[in-house]
Amino acid sequence: MKNEEEDLKYLFQQEFAKMVAVISRMYGLQYIETAEDIVSETFLLATETWKEKGVPPNPTAWLYVVAKQKTLQYFRRNKIFEEKVIPQLTSTPEKEEEADLDFSQQHIKDSQLQMMFAVCNPAIAGEAQIGLALRILCGFGIEEIAEAFLSNKETINKRLFRAKEKLRSENIKMEMPAENEIAHRLDNVLHIIYLLFNEGYYSQTQNQILRKELCIEAMRLAIMLTEYDKTNLPKTNALMALMCFHASRFAARENKEALVLYEEQDENLWDKNLIEQGMHFLSLSAQGNEMSSYHLEARIAYWHCIKEDTKEKWNEILSLYNQLLMINYSPSVALNRTYALYKANGQEEALREAEKLKLESSHFYFLLLGELYKNIDNKKAKLNLKKAFALAKTQTEKQSIQNRIDDF
Amino acid sequence: MKEFVLLFRAPGLNKNDVSPEELKAMEKRWMDWAGGIAAQGKLASSGQRLSQEGKVLKAGGVITDGPFVEIRERLGGFFVVRANDIDEATTLAHGCPVLEYGGSVEIRPIYG
Repeated sequence: MKNEEEDLKYLFQQEFAKMVAVISRMYGLQYIETAEDIVSETFLLATETWKEKGVPPNPTAWLYVVAKQKTLQYFRRNKIFEEKVIPQLTSTPEKEEEADLDFSQQHIKDSQLQMMFAVCNPAIAGEAQIGLALRILCGFGIEEIAEAFLSNKETINKRLFRAKEKLRSENIKMEMPAENEIAHRLDNVLHIIYLLFNEGYYSQTQNQILRKELCIEAMRLAIMLTEYDKTNLPKTNALMALMCFHASRFAARENKEALVLYEEQDENLWDKNLIEQGMHFLSLSAQGNEMSSYHLEARIAYWHCIKEDTKEKWNEILSLYNQLLMINYSPSVALNRTYALYKANGQEEALREAEKLKLESSHFYFLLLGELYKNIDNKKAKLNLKKAFALAKTQTEKQSIQNRIDDF
Repeated sequence: MKEFVLLFRAPGLNKNDVSPEELKAMEKRWMDWAGGIAAQGKLASSGQRLSQEGKVLKAGGVITDGPFVEIRERLGGFFVVRANDIDEATTLAHGCPVLEYGGSVEIRPIYG
């Protein structure tokens, strides 16, 4: 019974995104909330009916038929169709007779792509955008989104409401960007997918299933982009490669209590299949001249799939971090770069560089300093570890830092 | 934070005189140095490397294939860095690999 419930939950999640996309494409994004309501009602009816009569042999077909009826009822009953939608339609009025939702595979795919570009429109940038992507593109429930953001339902609802307002006020349409705009608009879509993935991979929430689901959803969206010629660009494949390499370590980095650090991971638990997939996408990403940050990050992640420490490995990783910082500075990349410098060029050079960073609000910074002072000045090493301890946020982190202090 | 341009000048390098390994090592030193500035979040614009070839237009419409043979140090490229003052910008320039090859770094504030 438990399994059946989970299957249904997964089915609804997948179909939510598809059906909302198809309905919104037909009637316009100003009715996106109506579309959500119709789909939710459809699921409610499905749950009730299927509980009594059992799940039909083709549940998606069942859902589509019911959603179609409900959609037509809604728009007819409210005369929205005749008075508002028809005048907006550019094609011939006979469309009214045929006003039938098209749930063919191809149409669903096209609608979802259009929805991706609509939701990832730069006009609705900010926190709300990821929430909206989770809701509309991935079919996540409000409660799950709240948990992922360590927030509450009310806040998330407000955010989503504002984002949808913005869809309306900015008059964002469901359509593919013009040919000459796609590469540029795609940047924003890729960025949102990247954020979604990171939200899952580095999330603060303890719910490991939810975190994994976020990552898988991000990968699913990116795969959709690789299946469409005009969005299947080298940078799309680079992002895909990056996510595959990271995802290959899911099993190895989790245990019951906490995250397992890279150095302590059992590489037998790395998913070879995903690493191979990553290699495949990495080679596809190597076409053309563009070197996006995804290319660099994918190659860094690739090198991390090789457990053995070699001079070549760390020289490459250092060079990639250098390039990444030159495109785009972030404190965490600066810290990782300094660690790579330590591995490639030695402790003393890395220590000199680390002292210049002054990232004194981050416990990772003091952890790194602690490591770099080791055997050079053990007193300072210990002092830095103590600062790291004071700044660490979780009990698990504090414990692991305490262990290192005790080692001195 | 103000912006400063670092202009790199170095004697011309004849690529035939250096082995591929040396060239790779030079490249690495350069990248490690630039990465160090970027890691401090102080690199505003990077990677503007200039080709060793070019033309020079002089008064009277005289065009030559560059003055590069006439001067000891040719302009090789530039970075734009962020620093509080020119002293800090000069500190950032320390360790620049052109200094090892007999070159120099010129530090100039940008108006703005």
